[in-house]
Amino acid sequence: MNTNKNIKTLIVKKSLRLDCGKTINNYPIAYETYGALNEKKDNAILVFHALTGDQFVTGKNPVTKKDGWWSYLVGPDKAIDTNKYFVICSNVIGGCMGSYGPSHNDPNTQEVFGINFPVITINDMVNAQENLLDHFGIDKLFSVAGGSMGGMQVLQFVSNFPEKTKTAIPIACTSSHSAQNIALNELGRQAITADSNWKEGNYLSKDTNPNKGLAVARMAAHITYLSKKGLQEKFGRKLQEREDLKFSFDADFQIESYLRYQGSVFVDRFDANSYLYITRAMDYFDLSRKFKGNLSEAFKKTKAKFFIISFTSDWLYPTQENKDIVIALNSIGADVGFVEIESDKGHDSFLLDVPDFLSAVKNFLEKSYLNS
Amino acid sequence: MKNEFKVIADLIEKDKRVLDVGCSDGTLMKFLKDNKNVNIRGLEISKDKVQKCIAKGLTVIEGNAEKDLVQFPNKAFDYVILSQTLQAFLDPELVLNELLRVGKKAIVTIPNFGYWKVRFHLLTKGTMPITKTLPDMWYNTPNLHMCTIKDFVHFTRSRNFKIFKSLALNNDSISLINKSNLGFKNFFSDLGIFLIEK
Repeated sequence: MNTNKNIKTLIVKKSLRLDCGKTINNYPIAYETYGALNEKKDNAILVFHALTGDQFVTGKNPVTKKDGWWSYLVGPDKAIDTNKYFVICSNVIGGCMGSYGPSHNDPNTQEVFGINFPVITINDMVNAQENLLDHFGIDKLFSVAGGSMGGMQVLQFVSNFPEKTKTAIPIACTSSHSAQNIALNELGRQAITADSNWKEGNYLSKDTNPNKGLAVARMAAHITYLSKKGLQEKFGRKLQEREDLKFSFDADFQIESYLRYQGSVFVDRFDANSYLYITRAMDYFDLSRKFKGNLSEAFKKTKAKFFIISFTSDWLYPTQENKDIVIALNSIGADVGFVEIESDKGHDSFLLDVPDFLSAVKNFLEKSYLNS
Repeated sequence: MKNEFKVIADLIEKDKRVLDVGCSDGTLMKFLKDNKNVNIRGLEISKDKVQKCIAKGLTVIEGNAEKDLVQFPNKAFDYVILSQTLQAFLDPELVLNELLRVGKKAIVTIPNFGYWKVRFHLLTKGTMPITKTLPDMWYNTPNLHMCTIKDFVHFTRSRNFKIFKSLALNNDSISLINKSNLGFKNFFSDLGIFLIEK
């Protein structure tokens, strides 16, 4: 459990019945805020993080000492301008940055949950986070925004709480995880559980860590966040600090070295069991399931103004899957705008300095705020 | 503000639902939103132009009219606008049918290939006509299916589309087109504007 003093925590008293049937209460949600809530309380934006993100959206992350994951988009004078808007972000339940998750103690046994933590869903994550609105006394958010799994939470939030936001920006996401998405996540989970140090999920009590498995999971996933073209341009067949091939299994190529590095830094900041839980939640995500396959029904009660964004080189959540959401919204006459942003940076584009993307979000929010 | 847009705006009643197909940078959408209080959406194929619309606070979907009108339910809009784009589609008939499916009424404007300047250019120079409304060369024009006002009127009749209003535009002058002056208007008008229904 991360007990860093820089983590703000809300203990949710209200009980939450999870999709798996179990009920949790008195559980912590770790959150961070940026900017100030105005008097009318109409300038709040709830940001949802992706699989390996956390509540530290921008500025220096006090735990990892790195820049926040959405520093390009969120901050003073940026697209989500913290001089103007009050930005709230919380760690999802199941996560490992302070919110209730598998590294917490089970109140019944006083032992670390491990894989005894209940399996959670995107719906559970969103229902837990909605408690932050009460905490801050906000009736209606100005916007909800997020990319990838964050975008899935945006969709789920609007579906669950149709009256609680004026606008919604789901980015580079899908309304249901595809077979390919599930397959890739399963690969990561298998890498973790195949590590002998995983110890059936009890590695924390045995003072060890399935770092090798988690690193492999991260490496595999990292490839899916980039495009073939982006990888080729950045690395090509360049060799890593050597003149020629070594005829060994060392990292001869820069791309190998890069991936190994990505894996190694990831294990320092992420918990293996959380990785299992969160990827599972993504795999279980299928917003139309409750509505007999009719996605439009999921949004029927909302008047929120949607702005959906995809990226040309994103093959993990390709444009067509984003467009399917647009189509579902159009078929019920919802207010929905859509743009596909040109970028070679793959799925990761939503986290990077892609000027057309940043300006689109900025303009959408500015104009919507003026008209609200 | 183009004269054409003023004419289109006059055809639209207040507080209606409108879709602008091929909305470009959103000039017409913005004008209609501000002056007619309509609930307006745009469909635009160019990413740059979609960005311009977003910067104006307009709700626009990036997409292609030939493929992406399918997503709208029947009669989702009171009016669907198609300004000077019909001739650029691979299948204009399909697009017209789609416009009239998603819209109760459609407003279609066409650059008139029967305009005297166009005829004169071809007759005297023997090269593809270049005019204010047809500014491109034969090799870089997006236009695939040019027609005249007369062609369009004949086409709507053959498909049993109802024409509520047909207007001819020549520079600043706007006039009604009717059965008796069709040949005349077809010769002297730069642009035809039609309010149609299926």
